[in-house]
Amino acid sequence: MTMIAISPAPRGATTAVSDVRAQTEPEALRSTGSLRQTDLLALVGAAASATALTSVIFSQIAPFNGPFGFVVLAEVFFLGIYMLLVSFDESRQAVRDRLASAIVHSLAFVMLLALALVIAYPFSRGMSALHHVNFFTKDMTQAGAQVSLDRGGVLHAVVGTLEQIAIALLITVPLGLTTAVFLNEIPGRFSRLVRTIVEAMTALPSIVAGLFIYASLIVPLFGRDQGILPKSGFAAALAISAMMLPIIIRAADVVLRLVSGSLKEAALALGAGQWRTVWHVVLPTARSGLTTAVILGAARGLGETAPVLLTAGYSDYINWNVFNGQQTSLPLLVFKLITLPSQVAKARGYGAAALLMLIVLVIFIVARVIGGRAPGDLTRAQEHRRVLQSRRDATRFGKLATGRDRLAPESGDSGHVVVLTEVAVTETKQGEPS
Amino acid sequence: MTVLDEPLALEDAPRRVVVVRDRGDRIFRGIARTSGTMVLAIVSLIGLFLFFRAGLALRGSGLSFITTAEWEPDSGRFGIAAILSGTVMIALVALVVSLPIALGTSLYISEYAPRPLKKVLRSVVDLGAAIPSIVYGLWGAYFLSDPISGLARWLATYLSWIPFLKVIGGDPTDPLASRSFYQTSTFVAGIIVGLMVIPIASSVMREVFSQAPAGEREAALALGSTRWGMIRTVVIPFGMGGIIGGTMLGMGRALGETIAVYMILSQVFVIQPHILQKGGSSVAALIALRFGSSSAFGLSALMAAGLALFLVTLCINFGASIIVARGRSGASTEA
Repeated sequence: MTMIAISPAPRGATTAVSDVRAQTEPEALRSTGSLRQTDLLALVGAAASATALTSVIFSQIAPFNGPFGFVVLAEVFFLGIYMLLVSFDESRQAVRDRLASAIVHSLAFVMLLALALVIAYPFSRGMSALHHVNFFTKDMTQAGAQVSLDRGGVLHAVVGTLEQIAIALLITVPLGLTTAVFLNEIPGRFSRLVRTIVEAMTALPSIVAGLFIYASLIVPLFGRDQGILPKSGFAAALAISAMMLPIIIRAADVVLRLVSGSLKEAALALGAGQWRTVWHVVLPTARSGLTTAVILGAARGLGETAPVLLTAGYSDYINWNVFNGQQTSLPLLVFKLITLPSQVAKARGYGAAALLMLIVLVIFIVARVIGGRAPGDLTRAQEHRRVLQSRRDATRFGKLATGRDRLAPESGDSGHVVVLTEVAVTETKQGEPS
Repeated sequence: MTVLDEPLALEDAPRRVVVVRDRGDRIFRGIARTSGTMVLAIVSLIGLFLFFRAGLALRGSGLSFITTAEWEPDSGRFGIAAILSGTVMIALVALVVSLPIALGTSLYISEYAPRPLKKVLRSVVDLGAAIPSIVYGLWGAYFLSDPISGLARWLATYLSWIPFLKVIGGDPTDPLASRSFYQTSTFVAGIIVGLMVIPIASSVMREVFSQAPAGEREAALALGSTRWGMIRTVVIPFGMGGIIGGTMLGMGRALGETIAVYMILSQVFVIQPHILQKGGSSVAALIALRFGSSSAFGLSALMAAGLALFLVTLCINFGASIIVARGRSGASTEA
């Protein structure tokens, strides 16, 4: 902490002093970073001694076993030694601050490490399957579980996954988005009821959604000898939809609620009806957020195994028909293959898991590129286009105004036009490009 | 005031506002209402169907449904005592794992991380929520369970005086004992589920932390507080609603997790209070295990179990939203 002494000397005197200093010594850039050499030394020292101490215990006394125990013990020692080192030259407050900082950093590191390992694991184990082109282009009709990796593939599961998620999106996106619009645009007792029920249904475990479809559509009811649907891709898509619908409605509802009221009021004040306001102002403004909501919902639906396990059945061949015959999806295929005893099947399972992970990653990155922005928050390019557009609008309105003035010069109504132009500019600045 | 002395010619009454909507608006409102009604109908249908089908089994078993541990619906002896308590124990282990890590991660992202890193980390954590549960399950069952079993054995050896860490049957001091004894336990399943819910809990907490008022932060720092002092006195009290709400939201997810638990746990239908020991139970994993082989009555028993799980999750979710809404950090924490 640098102390700033304020001298009671008269004004003229201080300025004189600083003037003199400015002439004699040039001002150097002061480092405002908070990392100091002693901190760094304490960190490195603590880490080194903790590692050494743990190795001694492991090789000589060894009450733990496994790498996990090593890391846990080393971390505990590290925190203790670090505290001790810092306490040599800092106050108690500062020691606590350093300790908290070290703990927060290591917890965040644990989280990132775990995520990295989870993502990398199927790729590392499935590499042997991913090498082969046929893995992506063939189904398993010609190849049993034992057949080597250069024959057969997982195309049937990819087809199943894509078809099922496409149907689920066809059902949930129109229904979910209109419902979210309904919740926001037509408030009242009824919409509050719908919102409460939808929120309650986000608690529905995915397996129970699957069980619902299974017990209501697939299992024969009321003494008939056949259910309404066979085990099929369509039944799986319905189960995924039942799970995704509340998620998408809720996410879209949150995004739509963020659209600022002044934008809507501006549209209404300009004479637009409710429908026009929703279509031209609310939805374009919330577009990126809505896209993210849908895409993340799709990623959730894509990776779900439990409802598909109950409703899709399992097949070895490509089945394009979602209404007839069993269909496999990627998560289900992984689940089936991984429990088989054969190593080849396991490798295929890991390969399929890696492919699934890859699809989810791509979807996620696309969602981040498109969305992830608050309503009305524009990229630079969008803002640039917006400004150009509003300039064009201004000249257009100006031309209209002069034209009207020429036609009816006695009205003198150009003030009206100026107001219109201003509103157009502010609105286009805040919303999305249409 | 001569004006007021005269009797008022016109009463100042509220004007009736008549909204005239054109055809487009009426169609739009009609469609929006219809879709709202449809969603309500679908969602209520699911709930009612569960109640209706579960009723068959519940009438058959009565109150013993809550107290029985076995799951033999065809001989009439079934109940949720073991599976629901097993589910709750998995969720509690998940809570113990996820709460500190989620808290640490979100504090790191909102308070410690350098600015350019923040955005990346936020995306990475959100990605964690999008990873399919089967991938977590694979990792847990085939990668993590082995190193974790070392820790589990150590806990069983040195902390077995804590009742729930006791292990019956496997001798923890015997180095030749099968490691798999510790690999298919409630503990391992709970850790994996805990990892899965960290991103969910963390994203709620992070949002709340980042909204802690800058004025109060700066006030704490200006009064000479350290960074941790500022976090302890400003950020955490402000974000308390988000911490509890996010954790409970994660719990809701943890209770319903199926595939990862199914892959790790070896299912037994007795109340298993020893979390380190092989065998445990979970409602969701039970449904995945038994749906195919069940008779109509067995299916409705599964429905009843699913309903019980749904009700527990529902209570937790509503509790979470009430707590989040009551906190100062209120409206901004919808996940």
